[in-house]
Amino acid sequence: MKAAILGTKVGMTRIFSADGNAIPVTVIQAGPCSILQVKTMDTDGYEAVQLGFLDKKPARCTRPEIGHARKANQKPKRFVREIRLTEASGKQAGDVVTVGIFEELEVGHVDIVGTTIGKGFQGTMKRHNFAGQEASHGVERKHRSPGSISGHGNRGLGRCVKKGKKMSGHMGHERVTSRNQKLVAVDKDRNLLLVKGGVPGPNGGYLVIAQAKAKK
Amino acid sequence: MKNKYIDAIDASNMKPHVPDFEVGDTVSVGVKIVEGNKERIQPFIGVVIGRRGGGMTESFTVRRIVNNEGVERIFPVHSPRIASIEVQRHGKTRRAKLYYLRDRVGKSRKLRERRVFKKKGDAQISGTATASEAHKAEPEPAAV
Repeated sequence: MKAAILGTKVGMTRIFSADGNAIPVTVIQAGPCSILQVKTMDTDGYEAVQLGFLDKKPARCTRPEIGHARKANQKPKRFVREIRLTEASGKQAGDVVTVGIFEELEVGHVDIVGTTIGKGFQGTMKRHNFAGQEASHGVERKHRSPGSISGHGNRGLGRCVKKGKKMSGHMGHERVTSRNQKLVAVDKDRNLLLVKGGVPGPNGGYLVIAQAKAKK
Repeated sequence: MKNKYIDAIDASNMKPHVPDFEVGDTVSVGVKIVEGNKERIQPFIGVVIGRRGGGMTESFTVRRIVNNEGVERIFPVHSPRIASIEVQRHGKTRRAKLYYLRDRVGKSRKLRERRVFKKKGDAQISGTATASEAHKAEPEPAAV
């Protein structure tokens, strides 16, 4: 049994612990999610459930989406993700998952998957924390440049740039997992999770929240 | 007003009543101190030299002179460690932040007194009693 749910990031605030320390928290609106499909060893070769979060207007769906959701007696969903389980039997399509599952299983820490804020095409200083060149001492028009990307004799291959060399390029808007974040509070009435610290992505971004793999 | 969920969380964590005090006022802040398993309240008396932030994150800076040495403490307004805030004297200021007091020595540290006219039906200016009572009535802050 594993606690996992889909949600959106609402934003950040702070709360005070009982001993008066301020804790920065991210508020996540999570669930209620419905199970759209149960995958089992017999039918699919692995055990998993497919969760759907937030209804989508049928007019904006493809017909396969509508048909797939109808099998579970559900409306088509905006955000659909699969959660791998060791044992999916006992779960049924159409079941509802709420944040209460985190309380039932007494989850202390969570892993959060999100899509980071897109930064566009960025230079090496912002993207890879390169140091850039000097401000003076004869440096002209090259203050933020990466410098040399290779020499003549690298790897004995003659002139070539190593594969995976860090360069300028698109930054952000990638899938990131933030591990072992402390789950501070669960609000069952409002379907909220309060997680200590920041989580990947902009406010309103979709998240997958699961109990931490490494930490209880 | 950020978002209805965040506002709801903040509302349940914020103190229902924060006493009125302004920059320039001399205040006595009752700070809860835990020693072993005993708890006592220690006053920190000084001039408010700035307030920043709003809502849940609002904080203020109090400056006082201890042994001829300037000491500043920054308190979150809604911290449960603050038992009370009592205004002892109203100071007249023309600035929002009184950082210039750090460079002042002796008598020039003093701010001119600001006269406060009580409105009819106003509670006491300090608001100490109401603040500390309200705080006691509050449930444990961890519960959201």
